[in-house]
Amino acid sequence: MNRPARRVAVVCMVLFAALLVNANWLQVGQVHSLKTEPTNGRQITERLERERGSILAGDVEIARSVASNDQYKYQRQYPAGSLYADVTGYYTLFTAAGLERSQDVFLSGDDDRLLASRVTGLFTNQQRRGGTVLTSLVPAVQQAAAQALGDRRGAVVALDPKTGAVLAMVTSPTYDPSPLASHTEKTATDAYGVLSADKAQPLLNRATQQTYPPGSTFKLITAAAALAAGRHPDDRIAAPNELKLPLSTVTLPNFDGETCGDGQTDTLIHALTISCNTAFGQLGIDLGDDALRSQAEAFGFNTTFPDLPVSQARSVFPSDLDGAQTAQSAIGQYNVRVTPLQMAEVVAAIANGGTEMKPYLVSELRGPDKRTISRTSPKELGKPISGDVAAELTTMMESVVTAGTGRKAQIDGVTVAGKTGTAEHGTDVAPHAWFVGFAPADNPKVAVAVIVEDGGGEVGTGGAIAAPVAKQVMQAALDRP
Amino acid sequence: MTRPPLPLPPLRRPRPADLTATFAGLPLPRDINLPPYRRRELTLLIYAGVLATSALAALTLADVGQLSLGVLTIGLGFFCLWAMAHIAVRRFAPAADPVLLPVVVALNGLGLVMIYRLDLARSEAAKQAGRHIPPSAAQVQLVWTLLAMIVFVLVLALVRDHRKLARYAYTAGLAGIVGLMLPIVPGIGTSINGARLWLRVGPFSFQPSEVSKILILIFFAAYLVNKRDVLTYGSPTVLGLKIPHARTLGPLLVAWLASLGILVVQNDLGSSLLFFGMFLVVLYVATERVSWILSGLGLFVAGAVLAYPLFGHVQIRVDGWLHAFDGDNPSSTSYQLVQGLYGFAAGGISGTGLGQGHPQKVPFANTDFIMASLGEELGLTGVMAILTMYALLVLRGMRAALGAKDAFGKLLATGLSFTLGLQVFVQVGGVMRLIPLTGLTLPFVSYGGSSIVANAAIIALLLRVSDSARRAPEPPSEAPLFDPGAVSESPTQVVKTT
Repeated sequence: MNRPARRVAVVCMVLFAALLVNANWLQVGQVHSLKTEPTNGRQITERLERERGSILAGDVEIARSVASNDQYKYQRQYPAGSLYADVTGYYTLFTAAGLERSQDVFLSGDDDRLLASRVTGLFTNQQRRGGTVLTSLVPAVQQAAAQALGDRRGAVVALDPKTGAVLAMVTSPTYDPSPLASHTEKTATDAYGVLSADKAQPLLNRATQQTYPPGSTFKLITAAAALAAGRHPDDRIAAPNELKLPLSTVTLPNFDGETCGDGQTDTLIHALTISCNTAFGQLGIDLGDDALRSQAEAFGFNTTFPDLPVSQARSVFPSDLDGAQTAQSAIGQYNVRVTPLQMAEVVAAIANGGTEMKPYLVSELRGPDKRTISRTSPKELGKPISGDVAAELTTMMESVVTAGTGRKAQIDGVTVAGKTGTAEHGTDVAPHAWFVGFAPADNPKVAVAVIVEDGGGEVGTGGAIAAPVAKQVMQAALDRP
Repeated sequence: MTRPPLPLPPLRRPRPADLTATFAGLPLPRDINLPPYRRRELTLLIYAGVLATSALAALTLADVGQLSLGVLTIGLGFFCLWAMAHIAVRRFAPAADPVLLPVVVALNGLGLVMIYRLDLARSEAAKQAGRHIPPSAAQVQLVWTLLAMIVFVLVLALVRDHRKLARYAYTAGLAGIVGLMLPIVPGIGTSINGARLWLRVGPFSFQPSEVSKILILIFFAAYLVNKRDVLTYGSPTVLGLKIPHARTLGPLLVAWLASLGILVVQNDLGSSLLFFGMFLVVLYVATERVSWILSGLGLFVAGAVLAYPLFGHVQIRVDGWLHAFDGDNPSSTSYQLVQGLYGFAAGGISGTGLGQGHPQKVPFANTDFIMASLGEELGLTGVMAILTMYALLVLRGMRAALGAKDAFGKLLATGLSFTLGLQVFVQVGGVMRLIPLTGLTLPFVSYGGSSIVANAAIIALLLRVSDSARRAPEPPSEAPLFDPGAVSESPTQVVKTT
């Protein structure tokens, strides 16, 4: 009976070998995929045991970790409340969002670039500490944008047109991330439940994640395509009181049935200044949908901006348009959709002499010892328009603010360039109010896009509702030292 | 030509006859002359005690930040508890394998420390939530450990010759089956986590299938030794397989089907698997026929195919195993498994260190999932060490089986060691997602009284078989079978060539 008993012993050893191999596979080979499994709450919990790095806007700590005396060592805090929520995101027991998520590896101290400080920590027996993330946000501009928008639904994006740095990113309504970071599971889940059930969608970052019809602000892109095709601001273009759309019984009217120019033709610059629908509708038909689309895509439509650490929706210029649809698209209606960030990038490119800079939110990464580890260097995204076209567009946009629909964006002593938009999006609701622009026109320091959803509840134009918001944001950006 | 006889190399290094008398103060039969097995056991036992004490010290350091004399006291107490078992082995099985007991003590020590560590986490969580602090599982487990040690000593003391157990084969078999049935008797049986396997008396619950396992194995072994000739040879051949007569097979099949049937009714997948494997292996070793294994595996496959659509809980287990991370499974059917795997992953190679991970995040962290708790805090290193200790336990048991001079002892020791190994495989494999998860305990480590008591009895039986195998054989008669001298004196034989 010894032979079969020996075989049984061999079988037992095979079973144990299988267990040993499996243990190695589990605790070495699979560790990474298990740790990044979405249902694995440990990773984050484990990190509540460490001092997580801060997120800064200028000198202001907008997210920080402080020692706590409950079951975890550190508590995440958001001293500015809801002001920066859409950029910082939140850091709960189970998950994270926004910069807290995208910069998690650095904030938690796991980043390889923090290896040096980790090695010293090993010898000095210090807990692993996270690095600090410096955002490009400017507290004064962010504050001004939030205040100007108030409790109306909408979004504001302010960029430095020369670098692509995001100076302000505000969305409304928003939320306070602090209760979500609570160490009491119920507090956090309850807070999240209320926020995610809210019909106003406070968790949605309207600046990057929501698309809107651009309305007349899209005329900048139509104008850019026209100028690129050889038109000049002073060329007279067809501007009837009502545009008959090809192969359609529908006509395209002007806003409030107004007349452009002499009722038959108008100059390109004047058509933009007063935001003439029929002129730009006809211009769109003349240029064709392919020219409009390629101009829009040169600005960044139909894709997202690379490496931006927030969720983005794609701005869309639709394909396969007939004449009628092209005319409507040329004035930013039909199925054209944009994010506020996209519109800010369009005006920033015009402001920057035609060169579009890659937008960025993180300007610097610092180690736990506050030493700079990496600094974001501005990068060109592309050159959607030539310098000449940019200059001509700037002149036209100045005229919008000095003599046209955007007068309410005027700032004393500064020339402002801009474009208004009043985007219809349904029959029973007030149109969205838009303003995009930059200042000073001759040496741009800030480019801005503002949308007030449904005009903030009052029926009004972008010039009346959104331009004053943009003015305050630009003012704040120009006032900074 | 004469040549002086070459001295044969000694089988074992010669040792002074009175070495064992070093421990004259401890009870050891004076009349046997043995290598110092028990001294080795004592040395290994000290290692095991040091291991458990350092584990407790590491935990205390992580928990309160400083060490106290209390740790040493508890460690010494733990050592003394098992030293009593050691003394019993000295007295009742002096020649037995010296490795088995220390390995058991090391595993038990690690288990106790981990159970205590999870107690700390639970009372901390209760304090945070303002709830009543739950009773300590480690204290209960310590009482069970004491009981297990007593049972260990009793088995060694009462079973002085394991062959005598064969006389009670049918009684043991009957008792085993009755034991299995007890939990479904209303009133004394209780259902825990969907399986009705426990007897509850006061605060203590007991799982009789753990003990029934041993009793039924004794019946299997004794019966097979009795009937192995019939099973091996006296059978008609059908399709190349020898199929025994129903009369021979009858009692076996009845016992087997009864135990499996009861287990299926009680929803205990793990024990069913264990009984089945045990039955198959004992049958194979007794008859030396692979055909038994093949037909047994065939039966298993047929049973699995038939049972799968009928038993919802089996389907859930298999689905939770195959699709552990898919859909809603991680938050429902495979929740425990997946949480356990996250624990293993958090441990990585070196582990978080005792008291520094979050093993309490896994449900049943101190019973079914204690391996995940150990994997998290001791890491792959700890897991491999623990698995190696189990492998050692099984191999040493097998060695006792190989050395046993009687068929019953061989079968009993093979069955016991294999069952132990299979239990570890099914348990750890389930927790590590190698095979579907079944509810079994990790011998000597998991929190659970019946498990540690029954497994202590298994080790005692293995030591008993090992003792009888390792005792010096009856001294040969003085007269040699042939005298080399006589051969050398005789004339050299002439090789005839033809």
